[in-house]
Amino acid sequence: MGQIVANMAGNVWKVLVKPGDQVEEEQDVVILESMKMEIPIAAEVAGRVKEIKTNEGDFVNEGDVLIILE
Amino acid sequence: MSDKFKTVESTLQDRVNRIKQGGPQKYHESNAKKNKLFVRDRLNLLFDPGFELEDALFANCLDGGLPTDGVVTAIGKINGQTVCVMANDSTVKAGSWGSRTVEKILRIQETAEKMRVPLIYLVDSAGARITDQIEMFPGRRGAGRIFYNQVKLSGKIPQICLLFGPSAAGGAYIPAFCDIVIMVDGNASMYLGSPRMAEMVIGEKVSLEEMGGAKMHCSISGCGDVLVKSEEEAISCARDYLSYFPANFSEQPPVRQALDSKKFDKTVEEIIPTNQNAPFNMYELIERIIDEGSFFEMKKLFAGELITGLARMNGKAVGIIANQPRVKGGVLFHDTADKAAKFITLCDAFNIPLLFLVDVPGFMIGTKVERAGIIRHGAKMISAMAEATVPKISVIVRKAYGAGLYAMAGPAFEPDCCLALPTAQIAVMGPEAAVNAVYANKIAELPEDERKPFIEEKREEYRQDIDIYRLASEMVVDGIISPNSMREELVKRFEAYHSKKLVFSERKHPVYPV
Repeated sequence: MGQIVANMAGNVWKVLVKPGDQVEEEQDVVILESMKMEIPIAAEVAGRVKEIKTNEGDFVNEGDVLIILE
Repeated sequence: MSDKFKTVESTLQDRVNRIKQGGPQKYHESNAKKNKLFVRDRLNLLFDPGFELEDALFANCLDGGLPTDGVVTAIGKINGQTVCVMANDSTVKAGSWGSRTVEKILRIQETAEKMRVPLIYLVDSAGARITDQIEMFPGRRGAGRIFYNQVKLSGKIPQICLLFGPSAAGGAYIPAFCDIVIMVDGNASMYLGSPRMAEMVIGEKVSLEEMGGAKMHCSISGCGDVLVKSEEEAISCARDYLSYFPANFSEQPPVRQALDSKKFDKTVEEIIPTNQNAPFNMYELIERIIDEGSFFEMKKLFAGELITGLARMNGKAVGIIANQPRVKGGVLFHDTADKAAKFITLCDAFNIPLLFLVDVPGFMIGTKVERAGIIRHGAKMISAMAEATVPKISVIVRKAYGAGLYAMAGPAFEPDCCLALPTAQIAVMGPEAAVNAVYANKIAELPEDERKPFIEEKREEYRQDIDIYRLASEMVVDGIISPNSMREELVKRFEAYHSKKLVFSERKHPVYPV
């Protein structure tokens, strides 16, 4: 099981995966919007999406869990 | 040859051979299980074949259990350049330091200083030999002197650390004072107090790898610069690194054969997105402007929003500092600034010209970074960059907003030139933020359906206002260049600025904003 966390503070702009999806290592799974920039967040390991812990539009802080993989 | 001489000769040979075998066999075996090489095999790999001098081989030779007193100090050649080396022998009392160990390290430092050649530290040591502490710890020629010497040598000769094993307690400052630390994953570690000590003293339960392992130091603390998988890779990496450096600060970096840049289907123009806010991969740009295969990246795993690395353009060394929009939008954080400051001072110390590739939305804002002292850390980067007197070029690739422009060698910081690509934007902030800042009240007053067109109109006005041709007309930038001719332009300019000689400021030294 792995967690994908926000690497900086910002708003969740797009969630690119849904529960059950298989993601590959380095695949972008969420795009944050911060400092007026699109910040792609990639999976560090491959896995299946178990749970999405955030909604589009939410504010997240650095270190917050966005997605749980299994 | 007389019999007597034969005896003398063979006694000497016996003694030399015995010393060169290092410590007990069981430690050689346990090292081999961890894929750790014997210290003399490390040196054979490090040096060009056929040249090695060693001093104080007989240190502590009357004590049969401490061959070389646990450290080999040698002079050899790397890529034809003479270098000095100190290398711990972890088969001898875990590479711990006694009084002669320390004296040997001090002497090789002093030799390197006199000869004005690079010094390489092959570290694999458990730290001080507590039983010998009075002789090796507190005095004038005690271990503290090693660090004093390192500070004195910093910027004078290259100092390189290869971390093969532990670097514990005070010993952890050897890597800390080096220009570069190459760490072997799984074996290298740095820590002030061991996990056992942490548990006893502060009650923390933690593994060595988690607290002071190579991966942690190369990605989180920033104490490590390059993470490698094996000792062989570490050694080849150190040899490669030295190929960018002169022997000392008063010489110029070696020139290699000029190579073309790597060929790609897409041109520079085609890889840069027109939408300023969309991420793009700065590595793709770097590969297109440097000699093929010449990129030596420093701190790749740490603060990835800024790329720092040595490269060659037309055979000549250059230090590249480039924002990476693909990671955290290329925003500058406190760690980013630290990473940049160290790299800039490294290049400036050894006459390596600097190239800033700028695509920066600014410094990060918010409570978290303010509490981490982002202003103080940012000041380090800005002062290191300002003070650098080597040829210095900035290229605004896409955007340069706010203090990001300053930190990345903007026009006020005396780059030899500040160039822009035709799509570049230079401003206090981007159009979205600016319109919001200036018209927030007005936008709030407008009826819902009029807001969007109003915002778009004002953003467009703003874009016109900061148009790059306007900035070129005002001579803010020194030129607008075609993306596809960037390499050619930079090669010519670095060639032209080669003779630059500048004293930044007459004084003792600055008050560092650390």
